[in-house]
Amino acid sequence: MATDTQPTTGEPTTGPDITTGMDLLRFATAGSVDDGKSTLIGRLLYDSKSIFEDQLEAVESTSQSKGHEYTDLSLLTDGLRSEREQGITIDVAYRYFATPNRKFIIADTPGHVQYTRNMVTGASTADLGLVLVDARNGLTEQSRRHAVLLSLLRVPHLVLCINKMDLVDYSEETYNRIHQEFTQFATKLNIPDLEVIPISALQGDNVVERSQNMPWYSGPTLIHHLEHIHVASDRDLIDARFPVQYVVRPKSDDFHDYRGYAGQVAGGVFKPGDEVVVLPSGMTSTIAGIDLFDEEVAEAFPPMSVTIRLADDVDVSRGDMIARVKNAPEPVQDIDAMVSWMTTKPLQPRQKLAIKHTTRTGRALVKDIQYRLDVNTLHRDQDATELGLNEIGRVQLRTTVPLLADPYSKNRTTGSFILIDEATGVTVGAGMING
Amino acid sequence: MTATHADYRLSQLDQLEAESIHIFREVAAEFEKPVLMFSGGKDSIVMMRLAEKAFYPAKIPFPVLQVDTGFDFPEVLATRDNWVNRLGVKLIVASVEQAIKDGVVVDDGKTPRNRLQIGTLLNALEEGGFTAAFGGGRRDEEKARAKERVFSHRDEFGQWDPKNQRPELWSLYNGRLHEGEHMRIFPISNWTELDIWDYIGREAIEIPSIYYSHQRRVFQRDGMWLSETPHNPLREGEVVEERTVRFRTVGDMTLTGCVESTASTVPEIIDEVAAARVTERGATRGDDRFSEAAMEDRKKEGYF
Repeated sequence: MATDTQPTTGEPTTGPDITTGMDLLRFATAGSVDDGKSTLIGRLLYDSKSIFEDQLEAVESTSQSKGHEYTDLSLLTDGLRSEREQGITIDVAYRYFATPNRKFIIADTPGHVQYTRNMVTGASTADLGLVLVDARNGLTEQSRRHAVLLSLLRVPHLVLCINKMDLVDYSEETYNRIHQEFTQFATKLNIPDLEVIPISALQGDNVVERSQNMPWYSGPTLIHHLEHIHVASDRDLIDARFPVQYVVRPKSDDFHDYRGYAGQVAGGVFKPGDEVVVLPSGMTSTIAGIDLFDEEVAEAFPPMSVTIRLADDVDVSRGDMIARVKNAPEPVQDIDAMVSWMTTKPLQPRQKLAIKHTTRTGRALVKDIQYRLDVNTLHRDQDATELGLNEIGRVQLRTTVPLLADPYSKNRTTGSFILIDEATGVTVGAGMING
Repeated sequence: MTATHADYRLSQLDQLEAESIHIFREVAAEFEKPVLMFSGGKDSIVMMRLAEKAFYPAKIPFPVLQVDTGFDFPEVLATRDNWVNRLGVKLIVASVEQAIKDGVVVDDGKTPRNRLQIGTLLNALEEGGFTAAFGGGRRDEEKARAKERVFSHRDEFGQWDPKNQRPELWSLYNGRLHEGEHMRIFPISNWTELDIWDYIGREAIEIPSIYYSHQRRVFQRDGMWLSETPHNPLREGEVVEERTVRFRTVGDMTLTGCVESTASTVPEIIDEVAAARVTERGATRGDDRFSEAAMEDRKKEGYF
């Protein structure tokens, strides 16, 4: 297949690809202004030259007009007027910066308990979670909650930054104490990879530059860690999963019989010649070809968006899933999941909601609330009869359509769903399937 | 495809492309009447390219809508026509001039065209019965945009309610609407200005020539170089001179400034962007300068 790409107005590029070869790390930060989170983000952005002069000038002039003696870097991240007025971060804000090796997307989320849903949102796409504690205060209820949420959302890597080390005389003992306390707490959680870094966001110690004040610390600086952590291996490359999004049928003279199934690979590796099964029908076929625009590719793996052609004329439509014959999820209608509730009207048994799972939409009935999880203490309240705003609990659902699902612990794409209020159309819950 | 398959890694640009294509397909599958808002700027051209890829070898299954301010650069309109013709996609032009004549918006002689675009656009969306409108907004552009969802809900007045946005998790987008409401869709939310340029270079796609260095008759106003045009009479003390310039954004000719530059190729522009110390909007967009919350206010009213 050939393209008829137009000649460019400019010169064809043969120059340096600044971002092409780089890879991507998405990380979520949680914390309040008090922990120095905004200062830390400000420093990462500033030291990587991602803050521009006009942005800095705007922040400086606002800081002055508010009577601050320092440049309030939180003004950079608090984008909405109501947030600036109240001096707090309400919503998830996305920030971007790059070093020569990597591009970073920060989901900057508020830390207070009333914004748990925003933290869950930010963590849902993160490869790494960054929790900040104030060295003077040690672990707080808030920092424990952040770790619990990151663990619940299966964010595979966690960095605990012990900030404001300058205010505790760069004490190794303080670092060791908090490190130990956190490690002990983390045994109750699912945190496959943990790094604990002593920093001073304000002074810059161990953020980008190695600190001269903490010779006892031999670990990486924060930026070095963020740049080098290996995230590609976090994806499931074994269990092939392809939720069908859209059927491509050109019906044109050149592509008269073309029929392709477009989607984004959610797991595993697909190759032409693979024997596959289409769910939920159970029909089998062979992959005839995998198209990426006008090219045929030899393999498709997550998170590639491709179009798969099958050798046989089987009935496939949006919401179906293509998987391997000997490795396919069982269609399920009884769902056991951890649900994060995101609206003021509580979640209750007998409630009916719309559910969206991969490219499938159906309805769900709340059968039972098994317990409510206290995200500060991990206590399970078995007597809970409902889930309020920002609460998380274990819930049983029955769906009208079978979901082609995996446990969330195995696959964050095929293991997650959202719940939608059918009257308002608003997203009211986020679910992670147990198993 | 520049991915190295050996270790099953995708470069960040390929990841961004895959995410954007996923979003285009979700919208085409879930919405009855999507439309792609095309400004002629580099971001909306990247959007056209992504839409082309998302549905290939089929044609893009929705029309393209452009709001003609009457003050658009001719080079931009030429590029628009080339793209639309090559892709064989339907073009709808909503004209601000026409909207003024029809009384849809009021030109008081002071309101910039960019502002009048809002009413014109909302009217065109309503007339066309469009339920989803793709926009080229990026979160790195401006701090109000940093908090905008990929699927951004608009009420029946076309307004955005920043305090009451739907949570957006994983890659699960919620496209539920009530009668009269619509959704703005931002498939390139996670792209930065540098990513856009890198992609334009990699894909070797046509963008308006005014992005590249050229000679232009310009004058200085509010610290910006503006084009000499009959639409924008000179004020006292302003002098026209010829300079070697290029544009970092394209928009209303009377408000969009250019910067002095000799960058005439994509790699040269990338070098310039990488070294730039002022945001593209801060440098060259008069319409964002009115107040710290200028963009937030325009967005609430229904701006792109």
